[in-house]
Amino acid sequence: MSEARQSLNRREFFSYLTVGWVAFGAACAGMLSLAFRFSYPNVNFEPEMEFIAGTPDMYEEGVDERYKNGMGVWMVKQEGRLFALSNICTHLGCIPTWLPAELKFKCPCHGSGYYTSGINFEGPAPRPLERYKINLTAEGKIKVDKTKVYRWEKGEWDNPNSFLAV
Amino acid sequence: MAANGLADKVRATQVWKSIFRHGPPDNARNRAAVVAGNVFLHLHPIKLKKSGVQLGYTWCMGGLTFFIFLALTVSGVLLMFYYRPTAEYAFNDIIALREHVPLGIMREIHRWGAHAMVITTWLHMFRVFMTGSYKPPREFNWGVGVILLVLTLLLSFTGYLLPWDQLAIWAITVGANMAKATPFLGHGGPGAALAQIGDFVLVSDKNDVRFQLLAGRFVGEPALLRFYILHCVFIPLVVGTLIAVHFWRVRKDGGISAPL
Repeated sequence: MSEARQSLNRREFFSYLTVGWVAFGAACAGMLSLAFRFSYPNVNFEPEMEFIAGTPDMYEEGVDERYKNGMGVWMVKQEGRLFALSNICTHLGCIPTWLPAELKFKCPCHGSGYYTSGINFEGPAPRPLERYKINLTAEGKIKVDKTKVYRWEKGEWDNPNSFLAV
Repeated sequence: MAANGLADKVRATQVWKSIFRHGPPDNARNRAAVVAGNVFLHLHPIKLKKSGVQLGYTWCMGGLTFFIFLALTVSGVLLMFYYRPTAEYAFNDIIALREHVPLGIMREIHRWGAHAMVITTWLHMFRVFMTGSYKPPREFNWGVGVILLVLTLLLSFTGYLLPWDQLAIWAITVGANMAKATPFLGHGGPGAALAQIGDFVLVSDKNDVRFQLLAGRFVGEPALLRFYILHCVFIPLVVGTLIAVHFWRVRKDGGISAPL
């Protein structure tokens, strides 16, 4: 009976070395992908993208700021239409202020101005404010869905989901 | 002389000899050993050209940048003892740093130092460019320097949010919207609209690079914590490592370039 081998030969050594490096590389890649996924939390505590904005009869003609803080939406009633206007400036993403005396939205960051309708008319804003999807629920409540936006420059403001006839 | 006698006695102790392996720097060999035998100094060239210490040639801008980086590290660590990165405390803690602690200028040192470091970094790069010091064999170190410039700007950017005032929040909102416009990786960028299978949007505001940066769709408390950790831990570690590489490469590439 031959005696047990004491050492690896060259071929075996490189086999083990290859397996070792592949395992090490895989472990590093696994840890890196874990770290990447770790940077995306499964839960966040931001407001829901869908919310109930009361009933159509609670809105007067003009701009309503009830859902501005928290939901980021101006409810605007104008010319027989009620729509949910985004409060994110289309220039660089600041929050404009509604100036009732001047009937315009004015962004404090770089001075973009928008009419009540959301159409931009001054400052660096390249396009009008966006409008969100708005429906009536079965109970007659207004449901605003911020995951779906309607843009004026794409001709989407006549889409029946972008306003309520009131 | 008595003084020499005492110095010689100290140099002869085991404590001294365990720290400094070389003899007194009274000859060229020992002077080289002083630099080569020290973990901090060994990054530095053993010998300098005369032009390398001429203020008119280097402006000492690289050295000043490093000095300011050290000052920012020290003052920043001190600020961390009083600053809490939460929506409830952050703003008040910054105000309190001015009033509630001795030497209330520590925060101002950190803030103005940050501005100064950006300026000296630019001037350093200007000098390196104008003296042609980016040319081979120093082209790799120019690349390291460009990364260090970007990291310096990122340190300024992440530090900008920490005061948690209106300026901070909206500046970071605007800055993070640049990430939103990244091609393919940001949901407002070119190519994002293509990454769509039927109604299923691959790149949205819930999974793009801006979300990764802010840990949310907008600048909120998770973004504050994320920027705090990037500012105080992550980026400084990378910068420190690259500074070591940068200095070591100056030595390996033949020291500071000389006028022709």
